[in-house]
Amino acid sequence: MQTVLEDKIDEFQDRKIADRNRDKRTKDIPGWGMDADPENDPTYPMKHWNGADHERLNYEKAPQQRIDIEVLHSVERPGVTRVFGNSSPPSGLSGAIRRYAYQYSEATATHWMTLILADRINAIEGKITDLAHGILPNPWIERGWRAEWKYNRPAFIQKAATTALLITAGFMVMKRKNKHKSV
Amino acid sequence: MLAMNFRGARQIRLDRHKPEPEIKHPYDAIVRVTRSLICGSDLHLYHGRVPDTRVGMTFGHEFTGVVEAVGSGVQKLKVGDHVLVPFNVACGTCPHCKQELYGNCNESNPQATAVGGFFGYAHTGGGYDGGQAEYVRVPYADVSPTVIPKGMDLENAVLLTDVVPTGYQAAEQGGIQKGDTVVVFGAGPVGLMAARFAWFFGATRVIVIDHVDYRLEFARKFAFAEAYNFREMRDPVLFLKKATDYFGADVCIDAVGCDGTGSALQTITGKGLLLQAGDATALHWAINSVKKGGIVSIIGVYGPPWNLAPIGSLMNKGITLRANQASVKRLLPKLIDHIMSGRINPKEMITHRLPLEEVPDAYRMFSSKLDHIIKPLLIPPRANAA
Ligand SMILES: NC(=O)c1ccc[n+]([C@@H]2O[C@H](COP(=O)([O-])OP(=O)(O)OC[C@H]3O[C@@H](n4cnc5c(N)ncnc54)[C@H](O)[C@@H]3O)[C@@H](O)[C@H]2O)c1
Ligand SMILES: [Zn+2]
Ligand SMILES: [Zn+2]
Repeated sequence: MQTVLEDKIDEFQDRKIADRNRDKRTKDIPGWGMDADPENDPTYPMKHWNGADHERLNYEKAPQQRIDIEVLHSVERPGVTRVFGNSSPPSGLSGAIRRYAYQYSEATATHWMTLILADRINAIEGKITDLAHGILPNPWIERGWRAEWKYNRPAFIQKAATTALLITAGFMVMKRKNKHKSV
Repeated sequence: MLAMNFRGARQIRLDRHKPEPEIKHPYDAIVRVTRSLICGSDLHLYHGRVPDTRVGMTFGHEFTGVVEAVGSGVQKLKVGDHVLVPFNVACGTCPHCKQELYGNCNESNPQATAVGGFFGYAHTGGGYDGGQAEYVRVPYADVSPTVIPKGMDLENAVLLTDVVPTGYQAAEQGGIQKGDTVVVFGAGPVGLMAARFAWFFGATRVIVIDHVDYRLEFARKFAFAEAYNFREMRDPVLFLKKATDYFGADVCIDAVGCDGTGSALQTITGKGLLLQAGDATALHWAINSVKKGGIVSIIGVYGPPWNLAPIGSLMNKGITLRANQASVKRLLPKLIDHIMSGRINPKEMITHRLPLEEVPDAYRMFSSKLDHIIKPLLIPPRANAA
């Protein structure tokens, strides 16, 4: 594969210019800082500007939380944050898809759409695990049908009836088609 | 312990045997939850709109609780303290936290640089199990968790973890000046608080737009606002232009986010075809209804990767767009004062108080806007344990 600029960021061609400008030359650039205006800051008062941004990554950090589970991290940061959540590490097929997604930056549709796909597969995995543990689907409670029945009965019945009707109609159409085939 | 357990879009289970959380870091605390709310943001998760929402996760980012254990590095917080826990997980020392952008911490979410760390908000929010449970692990315990002031109602305290500061920041971001006309899209808890706080900044007209009549009625009483149902309009932007002498509002606040509705094009592309992250109708209306040179404040949550919005008008009209996750800790001192002095009593928004065991019903009721629900509160069985 062709190496791209982001793979060799530490020695990129104009680093020298960047470093020289930062270290000593800015003040020689005509007009440098002349129109800087601390009031020109639409982030006020939400951001209490103190220049900390210019410290970049050299700030006081907490100790690193022990990475004792698999933690995927954005390629847009150098590593795992000092603290992270330990809920539901990636697993199964959805986990493999998530790992793939995390190879792409947050600027890409690949990253996010692949994660959405993984979420849908994960939900199916959840149902399979449930069945394996003898847990049957319980939409009455888990999908909140009980709440709809209690507070929104007419609309709920109508929706259920429409769905049932559509399913029955679908079955009948399929049956017909099959009949035609067998003749 | 009992905990809410996500099983996929629109499916929620009460888990009776989730292992209790443990201290994982010297700055952690374990909190026994006393009150927990469901938020409009949780609905985005519930509807399956936030990427990397994993099966088995516990949601909940608005909770109060009693400290049961602390890690070796925790100095301020003590076992037994009854705290309100801001929804942002924040380290307190990164450049963003140091500048009080606690919703944008650099050291609490490995999965996404575009998103801060939040309790119970998918792995896109850092992968933390949240507070719709009996116990929660609370990282960086000395930074955000705040001891509930003596005499403060617990229901007001739990609303300080998100909705009150979020509504306040929505108005603050609007840069509202005395005499301004402010339009708030969305009469959910966040929009209601934003409308209420618009007056604090000197607005002289506050207009709330929604399509749920009981919420509009509530906005009239709770936020002293004019309130209109967009289903009774053919074109809400035209309505707002006419209502503001064909000038446009000075400030528009989007307190709806990606679960909006009202435009077939937005619904089909956003919720049907997934060509955008949900439905951005409210943002579209906000940008079109604000005056030239006006300010649009986005507090509603939109997901990655993108949404359809009229950027051209943003430029041509010279609109300033301001948006962020609320920085709860930054706003707490001011808002505690507003509550203690009686200027606001946000608990009036809590319409439903349910045991944690009924969490699946609570989600469905909140999502479908059943039984005139505005804000549902969950109470875990061990809330009052000694
Ligand atoms: N930025 C933050 O820090 C932050 C914090 C909390 C919540 N939020 C977000 O704020 C938003 C509102 O939260 P909530 O708890 O009030 O949610 P909610 O779901 O109770 O309220 C949203 C309201 O918007 C209405 N609505 C839908 N489409 C609309 C449209 N086109 N125009 C006007 N109104 C419309 C709905 O009927 C509903 O009443 C959510 O997106 C939530 O994620 C952001
Ligand atoms: Zn919230
Ligand atoms: Zn931080």
